[in-house]
Amino acid sequence: MSARSEGLEAPVLLEVKGLKKYFPIRKGLLRRVVGQVKAVDGVSFAIRKGETLALVGESGCGKTTVSRCILRAMAPSEGAINFAFEGRTVDLATLPRKRLRPLRRHMQMVFQDPYSSLNPRMVVGDTIGEPLLINGMTDRAERRRRVLELMELVGLPGAAINRFPHAFSGGQRQRIGIARALALNPALIVADEPVSALDVSVQAQILNLLLDLQDRLGLTVLFVAHDLSVVKHVSDRVAVMYVGRIVELAETEALYRRPLHPYTEALLSAAPTPVPGAVSQRIILERDIADPANPPPGCAFHPRCRYAEARCKVERPDMVEVEPGRQVACLRAGELVLRGITDMPHEAV
Amino acid sequence: MFGMFKSRPQLSQAERFAQATQLQLTWWRFRKHRVAMVSGVIVALFYLVALSADFLATTDPHATDSRTSYIAPQPVHFFEDDGSFRPYVNGLKGVRDPKTFKIVYTPDPQRHVQVDFLAPGYPYTFLGISMTTHLFALRNPERGDGIFILGTDQLGRDIWSRLMVATRVSLTIGLVGVSISLFLGVLLGGVSAFYGGMVDTVIQRVIEVIRSMPTIPLWLGLAAALPNDWSVTQVYFSITVIISLLAWTDLARVVRGKFLALREEEFVMAAELAGASSGRIIFRHMLPSFLSHIIAAVSLALPAMIISETSLSFLGLGLRPPAISWGILLQDAQSIQSLALAPWLLSAAVPVILVILAFNFLGDGLRDAADPYG
Repeated sequence: MSARSEGLEAPVLLEVKGLKKYFPIRKGLLRRVVGQVKAVDGVSFAIRKGETLALVGESGCGKTTVSRCILRAMAPSEGAINFAFEGRTVDLATLPRKRLRPLRRHMQMVFQDPYSSLNPRMVVGDTIGEPLLINGMTDRAERRRRVLELMELVGLPGAAINRFPHAFSGGQRQRIGIARALALNPALIVADEPVSALDVSVQAQILNLLLDLQDRLGLTVLFVAHDLSVVKHVSDRVAVMYVGRIVELAETEALYRRPLHPYTEALLSAAPTPVPGAVSQRIILERDIADPANPPPGCAFHPRCRYAEARCKVERPDMVEVEPGRQVACLRAGELVLRGITDMPHEAV
Repeated sequence: MFGMFKSRPQLSQAERFAQATQLQLTWWRFRKHRVAMVSGVIVALFYLVALSADFLATTDPHATDSRTSYIAPQPVHFFEDDGSFRPYVNGLKGVRDPKTFKIVYTPDPQRHVQVDFLAPGYPYTFLGISMTTHLFALRNPERGDGIFILGTDQLGRDIWSRLMVATRVSLTIGLVGVSISLFLGVLLGGVSAFYGGMVDTVIQRVIEVIRSMPTIPLWLGLAAALPNDWSVTQVYFSITVIISLLAWTDLARVVRGKFLALREEEFVMAAELAGASSGRIIFRHMLPSFLSHIIAAVSLALPAMIISETSLSFLGLGLRPPAISWGILLQDAQSIQSLALAPWLLSAAVPVILVILAFNFLGDGLRDAADPYG
């Protein structure tokens, strides 16, 4: 991990500022808007070139929405997404669809579900080669060469080029998805829970493949995950999201050793410990995650927080930089001493 | 279509499976569904009959003859009395009924009229070519002679011949009707899903209104509105249009649902993120995925169409004589009197039941096979 920490001084590739995405709730015959689901409610972060940033949170916290907004699979309601490429910076949030298409090749996505992300009616070679074809590599032989190269890169046998997805296991399918994402040498890869649909044993293989590719190709990755144990080995920094907002953003090691937000502490306590016989001191969060259509006043986490005070119910905490490179949104950040994972094993995967 | 399934001997069993296209997987799966396979063959045979209706008919289906009224089904004898293979049917002989003094025609066992294969009979046109060859025909028939395998009706018309021609009409009305509703369904369903919002709402509400109407009275109203002096062809097309104007709603829903489901598929998003155009996404990624569902939906919509036409014509509101369809043939079997006198008039119900059942099993099999991952 330390090998990649030098990325922290690299230029910023992607800067997300005050990103919001509201989904209208419509009701009745006339489909009148009766409310808003605030899926993403003011998210800001930056990714430097060559860095891996993990975006972590429970299901429904808006992390997938953030990743889809960045790729403009959906249009954000508000905010700016500044993307630096070829020496200039473009705001993706406001770009019309037509001007967006030539930019697509610089950002690619690895999907969560390796079954739904591959067209069952296309052979592997066509699936991996499609981005190449769309972006102007019309020569069949040249495309085939590049596809074989990519397949080797992700550890797929070249003989599989004419097979259909139904002949592959989940892990192999995810390799196909990764090869497709890499086809155009994108500046940014958004990996939306790339291993959460896989078996644990296969998860490790895919994570190792991603690590290996990061080292070899110097990829910049936004890694979306719902569980901190997966993220630990692949990311330089971690952003923890709760109900549409980032509540804590820190370098991976610092965050694991000493979380500053009670929610991060709870997430960390849920991560399985690799030490046999260790007594699990898991913090069980009571109640469900807050409804993003009707978030509680004050700090959205206060109904589930065991450190909540009276002011947490009224006052909404903003992200504050408590140390260099470390931000947290908690009113009691200065006073609480929270439990992290001290005996962090270095190579568990 | 079977050329696509030719085996590639150089590939191993596993590799053959790995490289199998969707069509192959569907076919392999469909082949295992015995009932559906048999049903498929039955449906194919029915359409073969529809294609060669006049060739299979023995007597002009429109020719009336008072002497052959209500003749019971007659067997074809294959061997002459001396044991030689010379198929024949018995000719008719007129006997005066001692009570009513009417001349009644009954088969005369003494008279043998020889049956020839591939022999000339009444003239007809096949694909625009004038022809006279029939599968069976009588050699030197006298007036009133005929091969009445399924008997005759009140006007002395041969039911077998009429059934053949009716099969053509009833089965093609289904095809034409489904084509129209397929076009409407795919177009409106696709538009509804693609544009969404207000357009979607309007189309969906229209579908709901149409579906909420009771079909029989609606058909009655529409069919009654057809002018009396329209020709058979005009009525035929109006009826197909009326039936398909109601039937498209099902297909539109299937298409819309499938379209919406596919749009959320990640491989569609992957293509979009790779910079693919809408045309490429729709035709390369989405359409092939729901083609199989459309085929299955069509094979289930066809029997509904056939039943609709049959019931309309049976009620006297669909096709009208001199057109011949299954419904019109069954119309003759409406009165208990003629049914008691000539129960063979009901024979038109057999192909209706057969083809509807076959279509339903075929559609089920196709639907199951179309989704090899389900």
